[in-house]
Amino acid sequence: MQNVPLEYYLALSATLFVIGAIGVLTRRNAIIIFMCIEMMLNAVNLTLVAFSSFLGSISGQIFVFFVMTVAAAEAAVGLAIILALFRNKQTIDVNDINVMKW
Amino acid sequence: MRPNLFYGLPVDLFYGLPIVLMTFVCLAAIVVSALLRNNSKVVFVFSCVGLVAVIGAACLLFPNGTAFQGMISVGVYSSFFDILFCSAALLVMIAGRSYLQRMEFEFDEFYLLILLATSGMMLMAHANHLLITFIGIEVMSVSFYVLAAYMRTKTLSVEAGLKYFLLGAFATGFLLYGMALVYGATGGAMEFGAIRSAVGREPSSLLLMAGTGLIIVGLCFKVAAFPFHSWAPDVYQGAPTVVTAFMSTAGKAAALSAFYTLMNALIPDGSPEATKIYMLLAVISAASMLFGNIVAATQTNVKRMLAYSSVAQAGYMMMGLVAGTKAGMTGMMMYLASYMFTQIGALVVASIIETKYGENLEFSDYAGLSKSQPALAGLMALFMFSMVGIPPLAMFFGKYYLFTAAIDAGFTWLAVVAAVATVISAYFYLGLIVTMYFKQQNEGQAVLQTEPGLSGITLVLSASGVIMLGLLPALLVKLTTLGL
Repeated sequence: MQNVPLEYYLALSATLFVIGAIGVLTRRNAIIIFMCIEMMLNAVNLTLVAFSSFLGSISGQIFVFFVMTVAAAEAAVGLAIILALFRNKQTIDVNDINVMKW
Repeated sequence: MRPNLFYGLPVDLFYGLPIVLMTFVCLAAIVVSALLRNNSKVVFVFSCVGLVAVIGAACLLFPNGTAFQGMISVGVYSSFFDILFCSAALLVMIAGRSYLQRMEFEFDEFYLLILLATSGMMLMAHANHLLITFIGIEVMSVSFYVLAAYMRTKTLSVEAGLKYFLLGAFATGFLLYGMALVYGATGGAMEFGAIRSAVGREPSSLLLMAGTGLIIVGLCFKVAAFPFHSWAPDVYQGAPTVVTAFMSTAGKAAALSAFYTLMNALIPDGSPEATKIYMLLAVISAASMLFGNIVAATQTNVKRMLAYSSVAQAGYMMMGLVAGTKAGMTGMMMYLASYMFTQIGALVVASIIETKYGENLEFSDYAGLSKSQPALAGLMALFMFSMVGIPPLAMFFGKYYLFTAAIDAGFTWLAVVAAVATVISAYFYLGLIVTMYFKQQNEGQAVLQTEPGLSGITLVLSASGVIMLGLLPALLVKLTTLGL
């Protein structure tokens, strides 16, 4: 079986990262923005695993576990904040979050 | 050898004592608050005692070294930051109790989250490995997201939390991607020593440059430096005032401590890219100082003014990074300590004047304060004079050390920009004093009645900190130079 070269993984994860970043900057729904951020983190995970596998170093894969754990903690806190916002304002559109000027 | 002092205790545990103790205090506080429902006084006292114990552990002044298989580093540098974070947490907790009681929003979680955030900050200052830096930043940030949105029935606070969360998680993505690229570019190095030798050994690659750039972007966001500051004014204005005091001092100090250790690993002396990166940092620092102070001068809300001025302060602090020398680092640590006392003091005064409905935060509300609340007005004036950098007060010496360090490192233009920015800042800092002392109270405005309560202790401690650091700066400088 022919191995996929490292560059392909890096290019794929860079593309995913950029798509996520564009999503954060263009979408207006807080939950979709949050999903785009999760995609950026997973793009990073892909980079780490690819490097880890090609360099024969285990620490990259361990790092990924920590990133996933932290992402889960962030998701819990983030969704709770979005929920609290919805209870106050009945909207999660970031254009409507304007008590303070952006 | 100091480890013999703790005969029988593994060296790792001894070296990691401040962190281990802090983690234990966090977890124990959670258990205490779970066992004693709705008894926030016990949790408050327990947290304060715990923080004092951690400060004591950090005062043991560990010899420089690493622990836990090179994951964390110990030494005067990290001990200094431990003491700084714990003192900030202590000051904020004491002021926070009476503030939250006035706001009718006191829950145990406030103390627990402050403790958790402090443990994250300590990990950042102790980090000797990319993973520890990352975990530290995240523990701190996630606690801050919750703290910013702490008043969950107030729209302003929840909005601040959401903005902080979305932009903070976005920045974490950049930081993490930078770490991943550095990991790949250095051939699998994550420990700072290994990264430093790998960077020095190999010619710089595109991967390494991209990784360093992304890490700088992520960290600039965490310190709220100019192009990445857009969250800071809103979050600092919307968050509960005592939380703002904690985030803008200890949070910034933690991010800068991680910034310094990371830059130390990624830019070894004499590497060809070093001058470029230092120039980039210098430009960010200059832009933050000018932008922060100019925009702060146009604000009418005291909290928002202090928020923009903290963007400028991030610029001043980064001068120490730009200098990249021991003198620069000493200046930065000195500045962080004096800024901590000054900013916490100023925001706690604002928190005492603030009403339950979030009013009384405008400049006009401070008119005639010297008559209605002479003590508060006097303290606020002291903190504002310190912010400007009037000689016998703390921040004058911080600025002095930073300016000389920048000039010695060949960044004279940066020191000139900093001096210009300081002149601009005098306009609004002194403007607040003029409002308090020389303007009449508006007609029909209710006479301010407020009880500082425990916040008074924080005010006295911060004010004495500002004066002590101003009178005896050499003491702290000697301490910081010991371990660098």
